Amino acid sequence: MTQPSALENSGLMMQAVKEAVFAGAVAFGLFILYVGIETYQDINNALVWRTRWGLLFSFVAIAAFGRFVVVGFIKPHLDKRKRAKAKAGIPEVTDHKGFFHRHFLKIALVLLLLYPPLSVMLAGTQGSLKYVDNFGIQILIYVMLAWGLNIVVGLAGLLDLGYVAFYAVGAYSYALLSEHFGLSFWVLLPMAGILAAFWGIILGFPVLRLRGDYLAIVTLAFGEIIRLVLINWTVVTKGTFGVSGIPKASFFGIWSFDVGAPNNFTKAFGLSMSSAYYKIFLFYLILALCMLTAYVTIKLRRMPIGRAWEALREDEIACRSLGINTVTTKLTAFAIGAMIGGFAGAFFATRQGFVSPESFVFLESAVILAIVVLGGMGSLTGIAIAAIVMVGGTELLREMEFLKHVFGPDFTPELYRMLLFGLAMIVVMVFKPRGFVGSREPTAYLKERKAVSGSFTKEGHG
Amino acid sequence: MSLGTNSMSNDTILKVEHLSMRFGGLMAINDFSFEAKRGEITALIGPNGAGKTTVFNCITGFYKPTMGMITLTQRDGEHYLLERLRDFEITKLARVSRTFQNIRLFSGLTVLENLLVAQHNALMKASGYTILGLLGLPAYRKASAAAIDKAKYWLDKANLTERADDPAGDLPYGAQRRLEIARAMCTGPELLCLDEPAAGLNPRESAALNTLLHSIRDEGVSILLIEHDMSVVMEISDHVVVLEYGQKISDGTPDHVKNDPKVIAAYLGVEDDEVEEIEEQLDEGTI
Repeated sequence: MTQPSALENSGLMMQAVKEAVFAGAVAFGLFILYVGIETYQDINNALVWRTRWGLLFSFVAIAAFGRFVVVGFIKPHLDKRKRAKAKAGIPEVTDHKGFFHRHFLKIALVLLLLYPPLSVMLAGTQGSLKYVDNFGIQILIYVMLAWGLNIVVGLAGLLDLGYVAFYAVGAYSYALLSEHFGLSFWVLLPMAGILAAFWGIILGFPVLRLRGDYLAIVTLAFGEIIRLVLINWTVVTKGTFGVSGIPKASFFGIWSFDVGAPNNFTKAFGLSMSSAYYKIFLFYLILALCMLTAYVTIKLRRMPIGRAWEALREDEIACRSLGINTVTTKLTAFAIGAMIGGFAGAFFATRQGFVSPESFVFLESAVILAIVVLGGMGSLTGIAIAAIVMVGGTELLREMEFLKHVFGPDFTPELYRMLLFGLAMIVVMVFKPRGFVGSREPTAYLKERKAVSGSFTKEGHG
Repeated sequence: MSLGTNSMSNDTILKVEHLSMRFGGLMAINDFSFEAKRGEITALIGPNGAGKTTVFNCITGFYKPTMGMITLTQRDGEHYLLERLRDFEITKLARVSRTFQNIRLFSGLTVLENLLVAQHNALMKASGYTILGLLGLPAYRKASAAAIDKAKYWLDKANLTERADDPAGDLPYGAQRRLEIARAMCTGPELLCLDEPAAGLNPRESAALNTLLHSIRDEGVSILLIEHDMSVVMEISDHVVVLEYGQKISDGTPDHVKNDPKVIAAYLGVEDDEVEEIEEQLDEGTI
């Protein structure tokens, strides 16, 4: 056993070195212009360039060494483990689930409910702002948006690249109606949702006969049209200046979070003045909205309309042959997805206190769609995890001050956010092509509920 | 069968008159007329490219015919002009359902879910177009239990009860064919259109299919089928219509059709003096 394995090993090492050299060469070719050469403005504002051979070398070295380790050690190790398992007759997939796995959702919900008090305890009232607002609320907004888009893309299989338009409609509905009519958040929240749903139907009618790529292009254009209208219709929307001074949400009208109000929340409870309480309130509000979205999605999936959505994703022609009106089915998916986007938009407006077309660019649609795809289309849990990874991960990069000690004081980790974002997506798609949760839960069963593997489900084609 | 109580006009379930379908310069179907009787299995046969599937697509609304009239008469005497209905209304209102030549199942849904999707319209109504169902009213719960019972009934008929909770895409080919038929039956049709149900089946699966089709006919559902497999056609159909180049060349009982020299020539493209030889082979059942 030892003799051939030594021979095998030397062959393996040779191959690892070969592949490492190749990877290094590819990395050199890729990065020489981006990393090896840097342009900057000198004191006379002239554009000059300098080389960064050290940084380029470290990129190449990382690529080559990484490839060497993967080919030389990690891959053989994994293969060996797989072979050992196959020999022992242990099936790859086991039905046994640990305690954590079985109660995952309950644990997650309890953690979410405890998150604000915990961060106040650990970081102080003022220090909790960062964790509750930048991480908690920010992530939950994306969770809600992605769950809304999931109905359109994940369940009904309609590729919508302009989802952010409905988010914008919701945000501006709240901003403008509260400014002009002085209506409260709790009146305008449902109205924002209804208006967004209305726009969803307006968009849906002409475009839903399109399929696949064509649908994607038209929804993309719709998203841009809404943004351009917001920029150019200055009389109503104030254009690029945006709408500011959007009123805060109140605690169902009982307590206000405005500083001057007589029924101010902090005064009523004798607490010190801090915006942290408002943020904590907003955290629970968006959490409740997310739970509502999840509840509606789970309920609808088990209703005939939800099954029709999934059937539509699987095969539209078969749907029509079974007497399902595909136009109304698609429209309801669009309208409900848009409504959830509208709710999230109204919440966004009240949280920021300011909306401008800047917030509703195509990149937002792309990020939301990426979260849905990474999470595994149709799976609420997977999407929530993806939102935490994508949004939380990029937020976390803002906190990576220690990297400055590694790469020097000029290094700004924020600038690498998008690069790492893309890298993370590639990694996930290579190892989990169907997203974090690739299987789907059947909506009805006779004997036992077996998850349907992702290899059977389709992505839909518009 | 209790069909004797029906009036004469009710005996015909589907009447196709002067049907023509033109794709640009190609006349796929040219002045084609036939009738299908209630409670019978009518087979539509013909060589490849004869226009059989086009006729099916016209009947089930996937194509709008260039000319012609397709009348469906329901058991209660109601008439529907199929060429005027939209494709999903043909299933919903006129109660005609179909299967496809290349199986079109919802492969990511389980077998049971496939059968529940087929009962969409009934369940939609019972759930008050989703709104009452969201409130969890007992009427919807009763309806969904009834839907599962109906699905169970057809699972049993199609011999798929064991696989009810598996994804449809995971079934073997023959089972997928039976599931597609069971799914079409769950829409509660009066006329079932099957596009080559026996294609790609082995002899055992083919026999199982015949049993299923007979039991469907015994429930009073009329069947219209396209088929290449002559053993299936001759064994189960009551009435055969032969199509060639978009035109009808023969129409009658299986025995009549199989001895029709025009049919034999169409199928085998032979000289007239060879027809006799082919007829002999047909009698022996080797073709």
